[in-house]
Amino acid sequence: MTLWGWILVACAVGFLTKLLGYLVPKKWLTNPRVARVAGTLTIGLLASLTIANTVASGQTLAVDARLGALVAAAVALWLKAPFLVVVIVGAAAAAGLRLLGLP
Amino acid sequence: MPTSLAQSPGARVGLSIAVATGLYGVSFGALSVASGLTVWQTQALSLLLFSGGSQFAFIGVIAGGGTPVAAASAAALLGIRNAVYGMQMNVLLHPRGWRRFAAAHVTIDESLATSTGQTDPVEQKRGFWVAGIGIFVLWNLFTLVGSLAGDALGDPKRWGLDGAAVAAFLALLWPRLRSREAGAIAVACALATVLTVPFVPPGIPILVAAVVAGLIGWFGYRSGPDGEGLEPDVDPYPVEPGRTASS
Repeated sequence: MTLWGWILVACAVGFLTKLLGYLVPKKWLTNPRVARVAGTLTIGLLASLTIANTVASGQTLAVDARLGALVAAAVALWLKAPFLVVVIVGAAAAAGLRLLGLP
Repeated sequence: MPTSLAQSPGARVGLSIAVATGLYGVSFGALSVASGLTVWQTQALSLLLFSGGSQFAFIGVIAGGGTPVAAASAAALLGIRNAVYGMQMNVLLHPRGWRRFAAAHVTIDESLATSTGQTDPVEQKRGFWVAGIGIFVLWNLFTLVGSLAGDALGDPKRWGLDGAAVAAFLALLWPRLRSREAGAIAVACALATVLTVPFVPPGIPILVAAVVAGLIGWFGYRSGPDGEGLEPDVDPYPVEPGRTASS
């Protein structure tokens, strides 16, 4: 299947997941263990996506300007900067470090 | 007696959170085209998937060279919390007929947080719908602005857009790291990712991390039944003591 196909699959699954909450009996999802897994999955996936986008280049690990972006973003978040500012700081750090000659 | 809509606290908070969240659709749009999606594919994600975390997950996997299957899987897994949010909103709203489908579509972190922060049932409804519909309109508008701008920029690396993606994921994760256990889960999953990158195709390490997170959630249940990480990633009511406004 093409990229378009999988985009539409992701959209359909995403909507049905939301709708499920409105359709299933309340006790299914108030099961604390299910709710807990939904929470740990969210943390685990976001942590994984963060680090994969920082150090992975295909199947190899690389230290480059993106690591600087991660540190700069962490500092911005520590200073309670809003989302869009954090993203711009990350971009500026990566672009700046590349100007200085980092890969 | 309910206040008029113009003075409704739920609608006001909903509107301000809609502006703040809608604006960062710019970053999604720009990063999505930088990852290789077209402007139309980017817009389809904002219109139809409409869940920031899942949308960023999809393009994050594609940007790293992962397959569309892995991208769709990561997006689906990150959307599971929306089912729990939907159940919470169903209790508050009891939508019927077509409204049920509309409510489901705009069930996201921000609309849930705005609604559950109100105590009056009328305000809970107003907060949910104003935040949900407001974000939907602005998020889509700014996604388009971002993707058209990103398309015009050219080489994404020159502008540090790969660094912007890293920053976006960290910013999505950050407000969920409120407890020591949340931090430990994040470290374990990051480690699982780094260790598997050299051995499996791109995109798969993220699914390995999801398995690790799921196992910790399931078997570590006794250590804290609070639904770790399930609090929405925004707090529209920053005046509450001891909490801070994120994003």
